[in-house]
Amino acid sequence: MTTTGLQPPPAATDRAALTVRGLRKQYAGRSVLDGVDLEVRAGECFALLGPNGAGKTTAIEVLEGVRSRDAGEVTVLGEDPATAGRAWRARIGVVSQGEAAGPALTVQETLDHFAAYHATPRSTADLLDAVGLADSSGTRVARLSGGQRRRLAVALGVQGRPELVFLDEPTTGMDPVARRQFWQLIRELRAAGTTVLLTTHYLDEAAELADRVGVIAAGRLVEVAPPDELGAALRRQATVRWLDDGAWREVRTEQPAAVLRDLLAEHPHGEVPGLAVTRPGLEDVYLQLVGAGAPEVDA
Amino acid sequence: MSRPAPPSAARIALARVRLELRLFARERQLVVFSFAYPVVMMVVFGSVLGGTTTPGGIPFPAYFLAGIAATGIMLTSFQALAASIAVERETGQLERLQLLGAPPVAYFAGKAGQVLVTTAAQLLVLLPVARYGYDVPMPPDLAHWVTFAWVAVLGALAGTVLGIAASALRGSAASVTTGVSAIAIVLQFFSGVFFAFPELPGWMQQAAALFPLKWLTQGMRSVFLPERAAAFEVAGGWEHGRTALVLLAWVLIGLALCSRTFRWRR
Repeated sequence: MTTTGLQPPPAATDRAALTVRGLRKQYAGRSVLDGVDLEVRAGECFALLGPNGAGKTTAIEVLEGVRSRDAGEVTVLGEDPATAGRAWRARIGVVSQGEAAGPALTVQETLDHFAAYHATPRSTADLLDAVGLADSSGTRVARLSGGQRRRLAVALGVQGRPELVFLDEPTTGMDPVARRQFWQLIRELRAAGTTVLLTTHYLDEAAELADRVGVIAAGRLVEVAPPDELGAALRRQATVRWLDDGAWREVRTEQPAAVLRDLLAEHPHGEVPGLAVTRPGLEDVYLQLVGAGAPEVDA
Repeated sequence: MSRPAPPSAARIALARVRLELRLFARERQLVVFSFAYPVVMMVVFGSVLGGTTTPGGIPFPAYFLAGIAATGIMLTSFQALAASIAVERETGQLERLQLLGAPPVAYFAGKAGQVLVTTAAQLLVLLPVARYGYDVPMPPDLAHWVTFAWVAVLGALAGTVLGIAASALRGSAASVTTGVSAIAIVLQFFSGVFFAFPELPGWMQQAAALFPLKWLTQGMRSVFLPERAAAFEVAGGWEHGRTALVLLAWVLIGLALCSRTFRWRR
């Protein structure tokens, strides 16, 4: 079986690419990860969504094996990242925010150099095409735009034909056009059967790319669901609003029709002033999940 | 599914030496500084103090060539590495190597290879200036050249591992660079680069004897100064055995230090 191919996007398998149980991490007594459970299936694109400081980066660094943990079981591609060796590392790819090998190198030289770290690297020409940098191959990294640098980072992240790719906030600071082009790159990765774990604080990005989204807030995973089912309990809650003697009244309910029937019965002949029934959008749900609304999620 | 084993550390080290040399060559300021500094110092001190002599009636330019060759080696190894590694750490280049699973020893070897090549090039520029500009005699026989080679190589290796260790000092890359330069300047004065070592105060000589630059400088004097100058050394001789031991000890201390303190991330 090959890890890359041009078949149609394979559905996520039942095989787990990584599992996390009870992951905890503290910095100077402050809890950054407070008991995270997570499972990502092979072939899946999973987004860890959360506000800045929620623990996304710490979580992904533990999974990459570059940060220690205080407690919990972590298995990534069958091994514990804390003790796994080079053979394991060769199977994962990281789209790092860091510089490549020096801004004075050209794109081509950079890719050629890093090929030396992999047993069977993808060819530089192939990578340049895949990330759309073929026209910039002779440009020094120092002269690349922000978006082009991220493309180079993707090329470097997949150079070793990884089975699992980590991307930590890959589009932060990108303009909307570059972001959309970047999303396409990730879709192509996913289509080639690569498992993708990305972190983001953009809701639209998670909704656009991920098969499943894990919402992380204050070091806890508060919900895991496909993007369109995110916050299902919250979304069932409709808000009925109307004006009653000049004052706004508001009822939150899972049975708005019942509320409406009562309301209409009270006004058998006239209009109900200001009447509106609204359901929360994805953004409202997300804000409730990560913000003050989080305690309401136990439904 | 089985994958072939990742490339050996040796193969990665080779790729790193090529990379380091290419990056060095493209960093114009570093190239100019590394090659021009010793030459400019040679010209300045040779022109100002060319007519004076040091203990034993040795013309100052010969004495100074030994000191500035040693300083140049410290510059291309210790100072240049501490600064460049601190920058590589700050910009996330080292983090990338960690994520790729690059063996640290391959990274170190790449630095050492680059240091040896640039040090050799620097000395190749400096020696003719001293020979033809200031009439400093070159080593008279093979034995002296062999001494020159092992002193230079051991000095460069000690500088390499200590530079890697120093890059782990706390603070930003800029503050590491400043700190390392300060150490280097003080060591130059203490180690008899600018002044005749035997004329320095005893406490300064003893302090300098703890560090490699003094031995590197003394080893270079044994190469460029006539035999009769040996009698004017503090110990009354060149102390080749002790020089080799101290430099080797610093290579080992540096290795221990960098294997304990080296980190990929800030």
